[in-house]
Amino acid sequence: MLLSRALLKRHSVLPGFDLALGFTLLYLSFIVLVPLSAAFLKTFTMTWPAFWDAVTAPRVVASYRLTFGASFAAAFVNAVFGLVVCWVLVRYDFPARRFVDALVDLPFALPTAVAGIALTALYSGNGWIGQWLPFKVSFTPVGVWVALTFIGLPFVVRTLQPVLEDLLKEVEEAAAILGATRWQTFTRVILPILTPALLTGFALAFARALGEYGSVIFIAGNLPLISEITPLLIITKLEQFDVAGATAIAVVMLVAAFAMLLAINGLQAWTRSRQGR
Amino acid sequence: MNGETLVVAGPVAAAAVAPRRVSDATTEPAWVRRLLIGIALAFLAVFLFVPLVAVFVEALKKGVDVYLAAISEPDAVSAIKLTLLAAAISVPLNLVFGIAAAWSIAKFDFRGKNLLLTFIDLPFSVSPVIAGLIFVLVFGLQGWLGEWLRDHDLKIIFALPGIVIATIFITFPFIARELIPLMQAQGTEQEEAARVLGAGGWQIFRRITLPNVKWALLYGVILCNARAMGEFGAVSVVSGHIRGQTNTMPLHIEILYNEYQFAAAFAVASLLAGLALVTLVLKYFVERRVAATGSAAMGARR
Repeated sequence: MLLSRALLKRHSVLPGFDLALGFTLLYLSFIVLVPLSAAFLKTFTMTWPAFWDAVTAPRVVASYRLTFGASFAAAFVNAVFGLVVCWVLVRYDFPARRFVDALVDLPFALPTAVAGIALTALYSGNGWIGQWLPFKVSFTPVGVWVALTFIGLPFVVRTLQPVLEDLLKEVEEAAAILGATRWQTFTRVILPILTPALLTGFALAFARALGEYGSVIFIAGNLPLISEITPLLIITKLEQFDVAGATAIAVVMLVAAFAMLLAINGLQAWTRSRQGR
Repeated sequence: MNGETLVVAGPVAAAAVAPRRVSDATTEPAWVRRLLIGIALAFLAVFLFVPLVAVFVEALKKGVDVYLAAISEPDAVSAIKLTLLAAAISVPLNLVFGIAAAWSIAKFDFRGKNLLLTFIDLPFSVSPVIAGLIFVLVFGLQGWLGEWLRDHDLKIIFALPGIVIATIFITFPFIARELIPLMQAQGTEQEEAARVLGAGGWQIFRRITLPNVKWALLYGVILCNARAMGEFGAVSVVSGHIRGQTNTMPLHIEILYNEYQFAAAFAVASLLAGLALVTLVLKYFVERRVAATGSAAMGARR
């Protein structure tokens, strides 16, 4: 009764608000909010210099550079190829189109450890793909990029798809009637409509890549200062019983993740306003 | 002599003179189409299809006997059992949460709704490793409840409860996220009508809401289950890697791989890859049903 009196904007004849919201808040608090706050509270037990040293040690800074750099490169490649894949799936008809469409979701469903060992085997020196490449992929930063590209692949396609499907043919016809070439129609009419969704997909892929662990650790080789990602460093600290150090790095990554979440929420609002909903 | 003049001339003339010309203005030349399809398929083949095939090929590389031995040895069996058990506990809990959250958010108008939606999405943006870490901070020996748990001889970290809680955290938003947009789109008229006609809360849910969302609910459960069984990072932090006791399937794969037992690692991995394929197939069918029932529901509302 308390919840409905305090929060409801409008009276409803439907029952169950107090029970449903009460359970939701309780479960959310116990599973998500309280444990997450533990990470922030733990860092308050550290002095500022200790915290600063923990999050700016050379090995840690190198891991930020790799994690953010490889995540950005993977999200960028996914944005470019995701646009092509999405365009082909929505606009063209070809054999096995439905199969390919379903396959795009594979990185959502395939456990990250499975993806990790499969990619490592493929890109190692004598692997199916690795033996044809002139440079090393497994156990280098390029390997990290490969794994993060795999993980982020569906985000761009799936955020673009509904927008591209809703795009009215009339708009393109109008552009053509007014004398635009197909390329002009694409760059001046279609691409601006897709931009918010494209950026949202990019941001989602980037955010996912920042925290990724399972698919990366097998292929990365995990050499300190070279191919060691930040999540792995958290585990390493934890295994050395340096809980405070692990938590300090985790808080930095959490702040980055929350910043990405805010950016994504803003981008999604922009996408909706572009679509006129 | 191009497509747009024919559009102006009217559909009949367009169809009579050159029907294909009409679409020329809104599509690309054939060579561009073929090139784009080629690029897309090549990209997906290299990054998705080949890795998937590789799992099964590597698993069977040393023959069916090695494969069967790898998935039936005691450590593998105990890992499979633990994975199934953890999923069997965490998925139903997240199902109850998903329904409760969707009911309150989609059917009522209240203050703080957007904040609540953002909080529900939080686990999506938290690294699995950090998800494991926060439960170590709460339940671990140096954590908030560590001493109390030790005094009462309760084990959470490095035991089943820790694995379950970490799995719940990682899969927390999945079912709620499937249900909320659909239930919001369906509105409240049907439930309100049932209420006015004298139906109770449980009756309304069972007879009206549940049939309307059953396919989305099923898909949410499938996806939640796939992620629960495949979770690696978070479980890796809280499990302690005790062979035969706290090793889930993904952790067992890691151990085999690091011991250079590649065929065995890929054999266990192929079971999870099979689960992923089943998930994709079910998703395909469920999405078709949602599209069918969704448009029917929209049609009824108009």
